[in-house]
Parts: sequence; C-alpha cells; structure tokens
Amino acid sequence: MPELLEPLAYGFVQRALVAAVLVCIVCACVGVFVVLRGLAFLGDAVAHIAFPGVVVAQLAKADLVIGGSIAAVAGALAIGLAGRRSSLREDTLIGVVFSGMFALGVVLFSSIRSYTGDLLGVLLGDVLGVSSEQLWLGAGTVALVVGVLFLVWKEIVFVSFDPTGAAAAGLPVARYDALLLVLIGLSIAISIQIVGVILVVALLVTPAATARLLARKIRHMLYLAVALAVACSVAGIFLSYWLNTASGGTIVLVATAMFMLVWAVRALARE
Amino acid sequence: MTVAPPASYRRAAVPEAAIQLKRVAAGYDGTLAIDAVDLEVRSGEMVALVGANGSGKSTLLKTIVGLLRPRHGEVRVLGGEPQAARPRMSYLPQQEHVRWDFPLTVESVVLMGRIGRLGLGRPPRPADRRDAAAALARVDAEYLRRRPVTDLSGGERQRVLLARALFADPEILLLDEPATGVDPTTEEQLMAVLEEETARGRTVLVATHDLASVMAHFARVVCMNRGIVAQGDVSILRDDAVLRATYGGHRVEPNLMADEHHA
Repeated sequence: MPELLEPLAYGFVQRALVAAVLVCIVCACVGVFVVLRGLAFLGDAVAHIAFPGVVVAQLAKADLVIGGSIAAVAGALAIGLAGRRSSLREDTLIGVVFSGMFALGVVLFSSIRSYTGDLLGVLLGDVLGVSSEQLWLGAGTVALVVGVLFLVWKEIVFVSFDPTGAAAAGLPVARYDALLLVLIGLSIAISIQIVGVILVVALLVTPAATARLLARKIRHMLYLAVALAVACSVAGIFLSYWLNTASGGTIVLVATAMFMLVWAVRALARE
Repeated sequence: MTVAPPASYRRAAVPEAAIQLKRVAAGYDGTLAIDAVDLEVRSGEMVALVGANGSGKSTLLKTIVGLLRPRHGEVRVLGGEPQAARPRMSYLPQQEHVRWDFPLTVESVVLMGRIGRLGLGRPPRPADRRDAAAALARVDAEYLRRRPVTDLSGGERQRVLLARALFADPEILLLDEPATGVDPTTEEQLMAVLEEETARGRTVLVATHDLASVMAHFARVVCMNRGIVAQGDVSILRDDAVLRATYGGHRVEPNLMADEHHA
C-alpha cells in the first residue's frame, strides 16, 4: 500500500472516513437551505440544544446519537413554532432557547460523577471513535434525509423562495418549514459525533456557502456543496492522521480554508 | 368616513360572481385592516383596488386567496371556499416578500406556477417547459428564460412573476401592486396582458396606486380605506368626495385623464 494511503489499513480510519463522508453529504444537502434562508444561527442553536439530549441519554445509558437527535429535532421545531407565534424576533427567541438549553446540558453534565469521555467527544467530536453500529445508524439517517429532500425538493425551494406565493398556490408552507427543521435537526444530530456540538454548524454552512459563491443555479449549488463537503472530509481525515490533530477540527479548518480561497479568488477576479 | 357610492355606480348582484364577499372583516394580531366589506366581482371582469398604503388592499386580496381567514363574514370564490379554489387562482404578491437572491433561473420560477399539478418528486414535463416559455413570451420576457433571477431588474422581476401567474392558467388573477418599480412601458405591457386575459373570460383583480392607469385600462374600481368607501365605474375617481374618503382627506391630484396618461 502506498505510504499516502497507509491510514486506510486501520479499521477505525475506514469507519471514520465513511462516517465523515456520509454526514458531510447530508449536511451539504440541508446546508443549501440553511445558507439560502439565513438559518446559520438556528443551526448553531439546534446543535447546542442537542447537548442536553446527549447528556440525558448518557445518564439513562441510552444511545447518545438518539438522545441528541430527539433534542435537536424537538428544539428545531419548538423554535420554528415559537417564531411563528411570538411577537419577538426569531433570532431573539433562538438566543434565549439556545443558551438556556446549553446551560441545562452543562448543569446535567456537571452532575455526572462517572467517566465523561463520551460527552467530551460530543462537545469536540470524535470521528475516530465511530462504531459500526453508529455507522449504520448514520447511514440510515442520511438515506432518510436525502430521500425526503429529493421527494420535496421543488416544494421546499418554492416555500423558501416565495413563501406567500407558495401558500397562495396551495402549498402548506408551515408544514414544509417544519419538515425542513426536522431534516436540519437530524443532520445536526448525526454530525455531532464527527465534529462535536461546537463545530457542527460549520459542516452545515461552510461547504454550502462556498458552493453559493460559485453556482448560479440551485442544483449546481447542491452538487458543488456535496462535492466540496466530501473533499473536505476526506482531506481532513487524512491530514488529521498525518498531523496528529483532532479530526473534526481539521475537517472544519480544511472547509474554512476552501471557503477563504474561493472568496479570495472571486474577489481578485472581480478586480 | 364612509361615502355611499351614487346609485348609478352600484352594480346589481349577479349569479355568476367569481368572487363574493359579504360583511367581511379581516386583519392581523387583533387589529382589523378591513371591516364590513361587501364585494362582488363577476367572471370576466377586470377590477382595480385603489387606496392609500394601509387601506386594506393587500389584506382584501389575501382574504380572497385564502391566506387570511376572515374574522367575520363570508368569502366565496368560484362558488366555494377560497382554499378549495386555490388551484384555479393565481396570486402575484408584492415583490418584497420574494427572496430574489436565490440561485434560480427565470424558467424555474415560472415552472413553480404549476407545482400543485406535478406531485411530489416529479420534475416538470417537456410540455410544461414549452408552456413556461409561452407564458414568458406573453410578457415579452422569453429572452430571460435561462437568466438567474439575481440579475433581473425590478420590471423584469414583475414580468417573471406575472408569467408564473399566467403559466398556471388560472380563472382568477389577483395582483398586488404589479406596477410598483416598473417603468411606464413595462406597465403598459402588463396592463395589455391583463386586458387580454379579461377578454379570454378570466377575472382580474389588481391592487394599485396608479389612478391614471386605472382610468386608462379598467372598467370598474373599488376605492378602499379600511373598508370599501366606494365602488363602480372608474369615473367615480373624478368625484372629490370619493377621493377624500379614499385617501383620508388628503387632496389627491392624479393625472386622471386616460388621454393624458397615454400622451
């Protein structure tokens, strides 16, 4: 085996690569709408809301990803519902719920006297610790999110582009918005294992934002975001192996570097 | 203040009403934007809604299309509930509600007009694309078909939204200030298309601030000020009492003469 591919000899690296590629694909798909609709703050909030779910799952000795998924989806839906019914701006509500739920996670976390290594992985990501079971759970979630998104793609594009026009055309805008929030919540929940609560929003936003700089059609933006996300995840895993750095953070740094590069090249091209 | 229209302006109720509102009140967050609205629009009519900002024109259109539920009264569209009639209506909202920074082509926006007929997961058919091109041609915008919507001017955006509304081939067209931000030439083109639609038997209801255009292109006008203050032939716009009631006592001196409008 060539030296460059040496990391692939290890099972945990193989699983890490597959997991990173899977979550980057799903985050890029959902991230297109996060970027176009300006939902980055909501994405960050949902990731932090997932934290108390993970801690509760740890206390209950349940699967951490499932605990995080339930909290993330419930949090996303609650913010969406409150935003529709409250006179306060949505970002204000997000700020209140986001910090409150994360504080709940911290308090619960501080009450655990036993070993908390898994929870630190939740905060900072631990892609190299992905088990086969988690891989299958992640693959199932990715298939679900991508499949649903494929089915309702043109409807979600319409309600995102022109919500009033979509409602007048008979589309149930609130339901499609709720569905998008569920997909965002699920994508975040399965990504936490890779990059952790703190950095998960980068997987949602950065590849899609880079693609937005390059694409003039939404489908091209989607394909580019997926391609960039896969490239960043593979490069990040290999780099972290060679540099002996945290995998999640390295993936995000590669994605950020790619964004900065595209931004700079575009700025130079304009001049 | 409510001014009852002169007897000659009133229209007798006719059975073939496409849109019928009886004592309708509607609004937002506990505040009524329109109250006690009685309105009947017959199939094949082209009717203008005029009034100052906040007079309830947009609220009335949203109530007719079923986006707002009336607090009181009854709304009937094509003989049934507004929600049931949605597939047979097209609504052109004000532009500021549309996210024009999306990476979409003009054609993909027009194709949204028939989204209810396609079904989940089904892409548009070749026939839909041909019809979308034809709808764009009707508003003199076929050349925009492959252009990103981010590159459109205000007038081009309005033509694209009108093409989307036409592409749906509706029986009723509801347009909220379609001439806002467009140049006079584009406005004339939009009005010509609406007149064609009326000639085809479509019902057209347009909220507008342009009284000169109303005089030039419409047969009937509804004057609003949180309710209907007058309605009838467009000649009521020459009545000072009607204009004062519509615009809250402010003197309005629009260029009312159709001949002057076209000069």
